[in-house]
Parts: sequence; C-alpha cells; structure tokens
Amino acid sequence: MTDQKNKPGVSRRGFIKTSGGIAAAAAMPAFFVRNAWAEESFINNPGNAKTVKLGFNVPQTGAYADEGADELRAYKLAVKHINGEGKDNGLLETMQPLSLKGNGILGKKVEYVTGDTQTKSDAARASAKRMIEKDGVVMFSGGSSSGVAIAQQSLAQDMGVVFMCGLTHSNDTTGKDKRRYGFRHFFNAYMSGAAMGPVLKERMGADRRAYHLTADYTWGWTQEESIKSTTEALGWETVEAVRTPLGAGDFSQYITPVLNSGADVLILNHYGKDMINSLTQAVQFGLRDKQVNGKTFEIVVPLYSRLMAQGAGENIAGILGSTNWNWSLQDAASRAFVKSFGAEYGFPPSQAAHTCYVQTLLYANACEMAGTFAPWEVIKSLEGFEFDGMGNGPTLYRADDHQCFKNILVVEGNANPSSQFDLLKVVQEVPREQVTYEPDNPMFAGGDLGPYKV
Amino acid sequence: MSMPTLKNDLAIMVLFTAAVLSAPLWLAPIGADYPDLLQKFAIYGIFAVGFNILFGLTGYLSFGHAAFLGVGSYTAVWSFKLLSMNVLPAVALSVLMAGVFAYLIGFISLRRSGIYFSILTLAFAQMCYNLAYSVLTPITNGETGLQLANDDARVIDTLFGISYDGLPSTTLFGLEMTGYPGFYFCAVLLILGFFLSLRIFHSPFGMKLRAIKSNQTRMVYTGYNTKPYLLTAFVISGMYAGLAGALLAVTDPLAGAERMQWTASGEVVLMTILGGAGTLIGPLLGVGIIKYFENIFSAMNVQQLTEMFAFLPDWLGKIAVTLTNPFVGEGWHLTLGLLFMLIVIFLPGGVMEGMRRIAAIPRKLKQRAVPKPTPATEEK
Repeated sequence: MTDQKNKPGVSRRGFIKTSGGIAAAAAMPAFFVRNAWAEESFINNPGNAKTVKLGFNVPQTGAYADEGADELRAYKLAVKHINGEGKDNGLLETMQPLSLKGNGILGKKVEYVTGDTQTKSDAARASAKRMIEKDGVVMFSGGSSSGVAIAQQSLAQDMGVVFMCGLTHSNDTTGKDKRRYGFRHFFNAYMSGAAMGPVLKERMGADRRAYHLTADYTWGWTQEESIKSTTEALGWETVEAVRTPLGAGDFSQYITPVLNSGADVLILNHYGKDMINSLTQAVQFGLRDKQVNGKTFEIVVPLYSRLMAQGAGENIAGILGSTNWNWSLQDAASRAFVKSFGAEYGFPPSQAAHTCYVQTLLYANACEMAGTFAPWEVIKSLEGFEFDGMGNGPTLYRADDHQCFKNILVVEGNANPSSQFDLLKVVQEVPREQVTYEPDNPMFAGGDLGPYKV
Repeated sequence: MSMPTLKNDLAIMVLFTAAVLSAPLWLAPIGADYPDLLQKFAIYGIFAVGFNILFGLTGYLSFGHAAFLGVGSYTAVWSFKLLSMNVLPAVALSVLMAGVFAYLIGFISLRRSGIYFSILTLAFAQMCYNLAYSVLTPITNGETGLQLANDDARVIDTLFGISYDGLPSTTLFGLEMTGYPGFYFCAVLLILGFFLSLRIFHSPFGMKLRAIKSNQTRMVYTGYNTKPYLLTAFVISGMYAGLAGALLAVTDPLAGAERMQWTASGEVVLMTILGGAGTLIGPLLGVGIIKYFENIFSAMNVQQLTEMFAFLPDWLGKIAVTLTNPFVGEGWHLTLGLLFMLIVIFLPGGVMEGMRRIAAIPRKLKQRAVPKPTPATEEK
C-alpha cells in the first residue's frame, strides 16, 4: 500500500466531524423559529408583559440630522403623554375621539428604542430590523426622506410590524409604493400642488412660463409632476424641467440657463440642504430683481420647512410654498402642542416634530380602540379613522391608500420675522376638500396595499 | 517554512465551521444574536476575507471595493426582478458581473501601484457611485434604491408556474431567505469563501502574491511577470465583494447607491486593518467589532445606560451615565475612532497582534521561571 499521509483529500475522521457539524447546523433553525406553530400569533406580541416597546428610527447624522433631532424630541414627548408622565397631557386633551387613558397602551407602559437611519435606505432598514428582531418593537416610525420611508415601509410589510411614516412628501409613499403596514399623516406633493394653485394664480396670474429644477429621486419626480399639472391647468407654460443630482452643492450651472430661457417663474423642487443652496444661489444671481416678459421674476418652493427657512436666511422673504403644519396656528390643538413642546424643550416644534408626535398618538389610540396589539386589528381601526383636534382640523385616515386628508397650509417667507422661529407666514389655510383626490388618481396609480396578515 | 497541508487546513476549517454555525449561541450574551446582525457579520465577513486576499497578500490597497459590492447588489436584485426569486441564479450572476467589473477596473488601475493605485480605484468607485446615483437612474432607481415590484417579469418563475401573492421574498427552492435561514445561507457561503481564501493563502499562487508585496522589483528580475498575478488577485477579491453584495440583496431585496459610496470602501479597509491585515481571521474580527458598534452601540440611550449602571449607588450611577453617554448612541463613531487610534498606535498588527502578544505571555513567564538549559544538555 502507498503512504496515505501526504495524499490530499478528506480523511474519514474529518468527514464525520464536518458532517456532524453540518447536521447540527441544519437542525438549528428549528430551535429558533419562534411560535412557528401558533396560528393567530404575531411577531413581538407583548403578551402579559407590563411594558410595550416602540421604535423611533430617525436621521441622527447626515444632511437631515436637525430634522431627525426634532422628530426624536416629539417622539419622547408623545411617549410621556401616552404614559401620563408629562408636565401636561398635550394633545390627549384635544384629540377627538380619544380612547387613550394616559396609562400607557392597553395598560402597558410604553418604552422606546431609538436608531439612526443616516438618511440611507440600507442603514435605516438595518436599524429597523434590529428594533424588530432584537428589541421586539410592535411599531416603528421615523422619516425625513421619502426614499428611506418607502424602503422602511416595504420592510414593515415583510416583517409584519406597523410603520408610521414621519416626514415623507412623495406621492409614491401612498401611491405606487403604498403598503398595508405603512401609514402617512404628512401631506404629499399632489396636495402641495392643489393647495398652491389658486394662490399662484392670484399672485402671479394665469399667463406664466415656469422652469423647474428637480431633485433627481422619487420625491422630486412626483413633486415636479404634481406642480406641473397644477400650473398647466392654470394656463401656465412649462419651459423646461431639469433634474439635478441630490446633494449637488453648487447649482450655478443649473441656474445660469434659467436666465436665458424666457421663463419668468423658477420652481425649486428641492429639499433640505439642496433647497438652501439652490435658493440662495438663485437669489444671488439676481433672478428676483429681473423683469421677464413684462413681469417680475418669481421663485416658488413647493415644500417648505422652518428648519430650511432658517438655513436660507433672508433669501426666503416673500417666497411661496406649502407646509403640513406651522407652530403659529391658533387652533386649540396647535396651541396645546406648542405649549407642551415649548415647556419641555424651550422652543416651538417643527412640522416634522408635529407629524411624528401625531403619528405616535394615532398608533397608540388605534391599539386602544382595537383592544389588541395584533397588527391587522390595529390597521383596521386606523383605516377610515376620522378624528379632530390634532392641529389640522377634521382629518380622515383613508382606507384605500393610508393617506391622511386634512387642511394644509400655503405659506410665504416672512420679510420681517419677530423672532428666529417666526420665519413662515401663513397665507392661507387650505381646506381639506380642495386637496382631496380620488384613490385612482393617475399620479397614485399602480400600487397595491397587500395583505393584512403576512 | 513548509507549506501547511490540506489536512492542517481541514483542522482549521472544522473549528471555523463550528464557530460560525454556533454564532447565534455564543453571541447571545452580548446581545448580538438576532438574525439581521448575524447576517451582516457573515456578509461583511465575506467582503473582508476577499479584500484581504488583495490587500493582505499583495499589499495593494484598493479604496474602491464598495463598487463591486454595489454591482453585486444591483445584479442580484435585477436577477430577482427578471429571472427568478431563487437566490442561486442571483448569486452566480452577481459574482460573475462583479468579476467583469473587477477585470475592467483592475486592468487599468493595476498599471500603477502604491498611492496612485488607491486613488485610481477610489476614482472608479466614485464614478460608479455617481452613475448609480443620478445618471443611470433607469437601471438603479437612483436615491430611492432598486426594489422589487409586483409586476416584475420573473421569467424562470413564470416558466415553472410559480406565482406569488403580494410582494415575493427571496427563496432557496421554497425556503425563505430571511431570518435564521438567511443567516445560515450566508454562513455556509462564508465558510466556503474562507476555505478558498485559506487555500489561496497556502498555495504557490499565494506565495507569489506575498512575494509581490515584499519586493516586486526583485520578483520581476527573477523572470516573473507580476501583472497577471495581481490582476487575478484583484478579480478574485472583486468577486468576493460581488458575492457579499448579492447576499445583502438576498437577505433584503433592495439595492441602493450608498452601498458604493467611498465610506463603504473605507469601512472594509478599517475592518481589515482593525482586525489585522494579512492574517486569516483578523478581517473577520474587524467586521465583528465594527458591525457590533454600528448596530448595538449606536442604539444605546440614556434609558439603557441607567439600567446598566443600576448596580452603582444612585449618584455614582448618574455620573457614570453622564460620562459614557457621549460615547454611545449618536457618538458611536467617536468610540470607534478612539478604538481605531488606540489599535493603530499600540497594535499596528490589529487585534490579531494583540492576541499573539497575549498568547506569548505564558511562554515568557515560563522562560523566566525555568532557568535556561545548560550548554551541556544542548550538546547532547
């Protein structure tokens, strides 16, 4: 016999060891799949536990970090109010109808975990999965970018855990990418267009030539489409719509052609730092001092936020846009929220904070109404829920697409702000009927909510 | 030094296999035993093992490996959309596609070495990133990321009459690739990938790559053409990255451009250096540390810290919470940075060097305790 020692190959011992290891490994998944046999169970059922966990997934680093920080403040405040531990009861005082009792949700004290989305879909989903798989949350929430919100919403559907969208303005969130497990309280691009139409007509007339600069992703695309259809219905002509890469920093190469295009309105479909940069540069290029076609050149920023207005400084004076909510509103609910937020943190909340706070309360209230944390029951009690006293007047959570319908605001940059927060002046509170659309509107076509149980 | 035989390698492999497959058990005490993080460990493990074949053996520092990761992800998602939800075609195609990209980028970049090579790879990766981000949006869906849709073609699935209600999930012949099954799929590929890398390290080919690292000029003088060896190493490590990218899409069918960003390329460099470049296990340790920080440390908040320090007296606990708070949550980058600095300064060979030093302590103590053997015994 030849010497076997140096012959390459698998020894018997090695083979037995390896196959034993593989067999053990193959059997392992069976030990870890929880509740694989129980039919009516759902993921992260708190059962008899005394507490229940919610996950707040916001951008803590990156371009939207300011907004994320404000959202997190609102979430913490909402948890305090739900548990009845706050300095006051916030919107629990004004919300109608209200099932919450100020003792947590269904008698269980609310705890929360936080995560950083980094405004990246990957990081957001990893963070959300951690909350679901490790921390055992029954709901997660957060936002600031529509791309990230859509990515998290589809994860929510896969995992069977409800996602309450924070700030996301793209039509696709409740349009072609809508999900049974995703809900949006924030308004959308279509609503911005519908709300601003009459104001634009009144201020600028029916004979205008518009030039769009659009952030090149889902939100930019849908906003451009929405505003275009509104303005073209007014009789405006769209000269050109140019897509700009997200985070471009320098927009001068995009703004120069505007000067010679014969357009007399510039519509900036930008958000965050992009909006601050493009608006500042457009003003520096002297666009607003120009006379074109016998009219004064105008700039429009369809989606406004107070935090962005802070960044753009005095360039925003007189520039029109729309927002979901503003702290200067004088209804009882808005005042209660501003008071409660101000008492806690010392300054007024942003619209992102408002929507996140409201979403948390709505979820908690829906659980209380359903009498269970089972997501399909919670979803059913949110669908078609009609409520009031949350700052936007009577509001409907439409069952067809999980979009809230409510009053929204057309605002303009305040020329003479009385404080560093008083940057936006409300031009008009647009009634809900004016911004409501049919669920089969072509701008929202192509989506499917999907099943209740996953 | 003689080449380790296959048998020695098998011993390592048995240990390694056992360690990887039992990871959910021994990672439980540190709270890292949930499927998503385990998947990330395995996937980025593959990425780092592949990167180490290039950087650890040849010393060529690529700053653009994330490009191949992204290419792998996009290919995999397109395979899910057009061909089948089965993961095997997706994985195979992604590896191939990443190989093609690696060949093209490597062919050009490898004309230079040192810092110029790094910059070239970085430039190519940034190009890929920007293309994916804003130019090629019909293929990549830009910032939103490429996702599955209900009306995707899925030719092979349709051929076999497989249909899905709602959005489908990735499967391996019916076994859904999420949660623990997903982890075990990645783990098996990590084990295979590690075995291949082990064989490469211990092969004549690996020896030539090491020779390139130690003195390329001398190697050229002895008559070797180093270019093909370098290119092969580059392509192999690119294919590993493609595999990792495919697995990211397998466990979570979504591909975003940020996977190609330079920060992602930098991350794998950090992982490799942190663990110990050129060692077999080092890069995996680096992956473990960085991913653990990113997922666990970043999520700690005051509430959890207070619980952690509950055993201390109240006032001391408060001080401890205040002191540690800046280093967790949003501050996890800070902690990671400090750790990285400490390791680079005190342990240039990474965590592996630290381990070697610790392993050497008993031997040193022994040497001190036992007097040196006398020359007489030595002569015998």
